Amino acid sequence: MQILDPILQTHGLSVYYDAKKAVTDVDLDVARNRITAIIGPSGCGKSTLLRCFNRMNDLIPSARVEGQVLFDGLDLYGHDVDPTEIRYEIGMVFQRPNPFPKSIYDNVAFGPRINGFQGDIAELVERSLVRAALWDEVKDRLKASALSLSGGQQQRLCIARALAVEPRVILMDEPCSALDPIATLAIEELMRELSEDYSIIIVTHNMQQAARVSHYTAFLMVEEARVGFLVEFGESRQIFTNPEDERTEAYITGRFG
Amino acid sequence: MARDVVSPPLGHGTRSGWKRKLPEQAIAVVLFLSSSLSILITVCIVAVLLFEAIAFFADVTLWEFITGTRWTPLFSSKQFGVLALVAGTTLTAVLAMAVALPLGLLSAIYLSEYAPDRVRRVVKPILEVLAGIPTVVYGYFALLFVTPILRGISGDIAVFNALSASIVMGIMILPMVSSLSEDAMRAVPRNLREAAYALGSTKLEVSTLVVVPAALSGIMSAFILAVSRAIGETMIVTIAAGQNPSFTLNPFIPIETMTAYIVQVSQGDAPAGSIEFKTIFAVALLLFVITLVMNLLSQYVVSRFREEYE
Amino acid sequence: MSIISQSQFQRRRARRKWMGRAFYGLCLLSVTIALGMLALLLVYLLIQGVTGIDWSFLTSFASRHPDKAGIEAAMLGSIYVVIVAGVVSFTLGVATALYLEEYAARSKFAKIAKINIANLAGVPSIVYGILGLQIFVHSLHLGKSVLAGGFTLALLVLPIVIVAAGEAVRAVPPSLREGSYALGATRWQVLWHMVIPQAFPGILTGVILAVSRAIGETAPLIAMGALTFVPFTPDSPLSRFTVLPIQIFNWTSRPQAGFQEAAAAGIIVLLVILLVMNAGAVFLRNRFQNKWEG
Repeated sequence: MQILDPILQTHGLSVYYDAKKAVTDVDLDVARNRITAIIGPSGCGKSTLLRCFNRMNDLIPSARVEGQVLFDGLDLYGHDVDPTEIRYEIGMVFQRPNPFPKSIYDNVAFGPRINGFQGDIAELVERSLVRAALWDEVKDRLKASALSLSGGQQQRLCIARALAVEPRVILMDEPCSALDPIATLAIEELMRELSEDYSIIIVTHNMQQAARVSHYTAFLMVEEARVGFLVEFGESRQIFTNPEDERTEAYITGRFG
Repeated sequence: MARDVVSPPLGHGTRSGWKRKLPEQAIAVVLFLSSSLSILITVCIVAVLLFEAIAFFADVTLWEFITGTRWTPLFSSKQFGVLALVAGTTLTAVLAMAVALPLGLLSAIYLSEYAPDRVRRVVKPILEVLAGIPTVVYGYFALLFVTPILRGISGDIAVFNALSASIVMGIMILPMVSSLSEDAMRAVPRNLREAAYALGSTKLEVSTLVVVPAALSGIMSAFILAVSRAIGETMIVTIAAGQNPSFTLNPFIPIETMTAYIVQVSQGDAPAGSIEFKTIFAVALLLFVITLVMNLLSQYVVSRFREEYE
Repeated sequence: MSIISQSQFQRRRARRKWMGRAFYGLCLLSVTIALGMLALLLVYLLIQGVTGIDWSFLTSFASRHPDKAGIEAAMLGSIYVVIVAGVVSFTLGVATALYLEEYAARSKFAKIAKINIANLAGVPSIVYGILGLQIFVHSLHLGKSVLAGGFTLALLVLPIVIVAAGEAVRAVPPSLREGSYALGATRWQVLWHMVIPQAFPGILTGVILAVSRAIGETAPLIAMGALTFVPFTPDSPLSRFTVLPIQIFNWTSRPQAGFQEAAAAGIIVLLVILLVMNAGAVFLRNRFQNKWEG
């Protein structure tokens, strides 16, 4: 399907770990200011694909990428592109909340500080915490340790931390899988709010979540060679009610995965 | 939040309001140089020792050095048989091991298999204290406490003797044997012990027939390292064992070890370039080679014979 | 197949039990001997030396007369040398550990370097003294100075710092590093702002271990040319010096009883310094470790 003016695009994207291919030939468009979900059975390369967008795979010595990833037309893997600069524009929230062992304030301020932000950091911290729907709960104890927060609060803190560097895209790698249902709903609600200003890509193994939250969905799976590939991509409404590919239908009706 | 600032294209340095970063390359180079230093140290040790030792062997044949049994470079009639020193080192090391190995291993078995956790938490740090006491203190103890007691037992024991120094050296090395052996034994998984207990074994049988063999490579490596330590030990033997190189295995008379000899000459006035000065390097080279071989051996033992528990 | 009789089994079992108890006694005896020797050593030292410690002892210089002997020069020499050794081994040790664990992890260079460091840890300390003599004293023209002594000891204890710092760095959870990278940090920024602060208690422990070792060393400093009789306090990094262990060694070797008591007193001072350092280490480490526990 055709996305007009995508913010991210992949062309023929493949990922290798040494000689082993993990993901093959993915062509994907990510819509601007929408939520795109990537679903699929475990081991199909969803996280690997996600991490291509902010070049976190660079941190793994054996990882190698072929094909193109375009961000507003710019080739992310071009040879004069600095991976660390990409990560301000494309932020990431991880599966297990990983707040730094510092105060709540210092967690959110970490990104701006190390990048030499010259403006008013306190104001940036407040703005980010407001955007992450956490401000009211922590405004009186910004100096408290981040580790004293509950799981759901910690994850919202990680979102605030990612927002503080003012990205345009937020990548979320199964952000709710370590959280209880109430915290999960809070995060999903937050995602919907954020998608008005940010483009969000979420990897999830929870199909109901993908159906609830996302505008577009990409379905990946593995074949016998254990290489992940893109089966189908489309509007979530269509994928979950009337998928075109029978493998997609088999997955969403629970016949495997 | 409306984006009212257009970000500059990626990869071209600064974002509006965000500072540049330090050159990463320079830091990586500095850190690399620092870690190369450790390799440089080894190279320098070898170079320094070889340089003067080669000059020494221009004057003294390798054969005489390695096979001679009289060592008198500081006297007017000079003989350069290093075996006299090697004998002293060997004697003290062997006697020290006779103390450290059994006591150390038994202590390790106690701490690993028998001791309740409370006791272990107290005893283990105290043993570490033994390891942290400066060797000059042990030398003092050997000469002024142990030697008079030994001489009280038998008047034939000289004031400077190998036995006194060795006993104290053994106590000093005991924590090393105990700690390394205990680590090896604690690495043996519980289910091996439980299987043996389930067959009706006593604790002695489990410890000696199951745990120790299962941890053998680590224990052997600990032993080898302890021997190497004993060979390289300086102050205890310098203070208590004497300065009388003698090709003997008699523990009751003064001897001299390789390390004590180096201290002796260093304290003296041997002018640089003299044959006496060069003997330091020849002896040190031999010492270095011996301990290096033992250390490599201990690493080899662990890597080659490491037990797989799964 | 022959099965032993019930009574045979009972007899054997009794004997096995008895042997087990005897073995347990043997193990306990070993530990007791070790601890007993320690107690003996400390008690003997206290008896011999504690009366000799007074203010004049701490502030006089060594002398030919046992009752006028003091350790001021040796103590100051020890402190200066150990400060140099501590600073140098800390910087080089942490830098090396960072490179081997972060930049060059799993590379061939790192493997070789680690084997090399393990071997350096096993080199007899007196060999370091000879190295120091030729390189620092002669080649680099530092003379038999505090600086040369400090550098020599720094090389000796460097493996201790490297190993401790390496373990501390490895123990920092990968999730913290990932979180930092995902915010756009460069490798050095991740190390400086996240890894080093997290690893700091472990690094500090390593430095204290190293310094504790350095302050007790005698042989390498003798080999490198430290004095054994110093009637002045070292006044510059290039001045000659002696250290407490060497002073103790010197007094121990003298026949007069007065000197031997002075040696005991000096040993007590040395052990007290060590005790204070290690207690300080434990305290500092606990303080840093519990800071951010949730």
